[in-house]
Amino acid sequence: MHDLIIIGAGPAGITASVYAARKKMDFRVVTGDIGGQTAWSGDIENYTGYQFISGPELVRKFEEHMLSYNTSVKEGEEVIEVSKAGESILIKTDKASYQAKSVIIASGKRSKELNVPGEKEYKNKGISYCATCDGPLFSAKNVAIIGGGNSALDAALQLIKIAKHVYIINNAPELGGEAMMRHKVEEAQNVKILNNSNVTAVLGEKMVSSVKINQDGNEKVLSVEGVFVEIGLIPNSSFVKGVEKNSRGEIKVNSRNETNIPGIFAAGDVTDVPEKQIVIAAGEGSKACLSAFRYAAQH
Amino acid sequence: MAKNVKVYSTPTCPWCIRVKQFLKDNNIAFEDYDVGSDRLKADEMVKKSGQMAVPVLDIEGEIVVGFDREKIKQLLGI
Repeated sequence: MHDLIIIGAGPAGITASVYAARKKMDFRVVTGDIGGQTAWSGDIENYTGYQFISGPELVRKFEEHMLSYNTSVKEGEEVIEVSKAGESILIKTDKASYQAKSVIIASGKRSKELNVPGEKEYKNKGISYCATCDGPLFSAKNVAIIGGGNSALDAALQLIKIAKHVYIINNAPELGGEAMMRHKVEEAQNVKILNNSNVTAVLGEKMVSSVKINQDGNEKVLSVEGVFVEIGLIPNSSFVKGVEKNSRGEIKVNSRNETNIPGIFAAGDVTDVPEKQIVIAAGEGSKACLSAFRYAAQH
Repeated sequence: MAKNVKVYSTPTCPWCIRVKQFLKDNNIAFEDYDVGSDRLKADEMVKKSGQMAVPVLDIEGEIVVGFDREKIKQLLGI
């Protein structure tokens, strides 16, 4: 039986792994990918120690740090169920089963989908959930960004440098997100912000050719070849059984990162921690590991 | 004999970085096309794969979309 299994390898999971390695715990990391949402971020200017670093670069540094302790990382493994059985925790994945004294769930969040006609058909055929990845393919083309928060602004800041014209389709009366980013977007020459607007369909033939929107009750069709969906995130928490969650599906934790089930800890964006930031997720990961270390030592 | 491997990618996409690292770790030589700056190669990628997400791999004419580790291993025989 392991002391600890860490689920997820974003800032929270990786930081937890560094602490677990330094505490010489018997542990492993089980994850779908490395970096989580940080890998998909564009420019990061608020992670202490770096005035400027890109998402992929910061992830590379995180990963190097994690692997410098020869940590066992199972990448590309999907967790199906986490449950408590007697005194130990069972972790079932699509490839294996693990038993541990404790577990840290740091599985983060994933993009929410639009749920409109055309979304499934044109996924990867003009519809993208990652401006950082697919943005460069839309150079000199018209694109629409759906959303009005920080991730939409981040996508906009990347796409205004690449695309011909950028529409921002925002369902609120004005843009949200960080003021600095908002000003940069509002100042760009090739941006049109459409507030109080919802996408009702994505249209095309082989690839996307337009989006249908509803602005204040009026239907409009915008001719675009790219649609970037940035309407928020949902927590990857459905595989955890018996753990208390809030109405958004986030795992409830106390200040020691304990859930309602002894031995099951959680950290980062998958939890109800008030703010979702890379630096916060990293800090939460370290806290969760120190709590799990104490728990495992006593059990 | 070494297989003919082409990678269509963008400089910023995390899965592109990982797939290229995976090929390097396995000593597989490949041609890397930046479809963000090379319009012709971008069109070629869309034609070959029928979609617009990166990365796309062309391994001896077999097309792989995304970092599908098992499929890539199988096609490369590693």
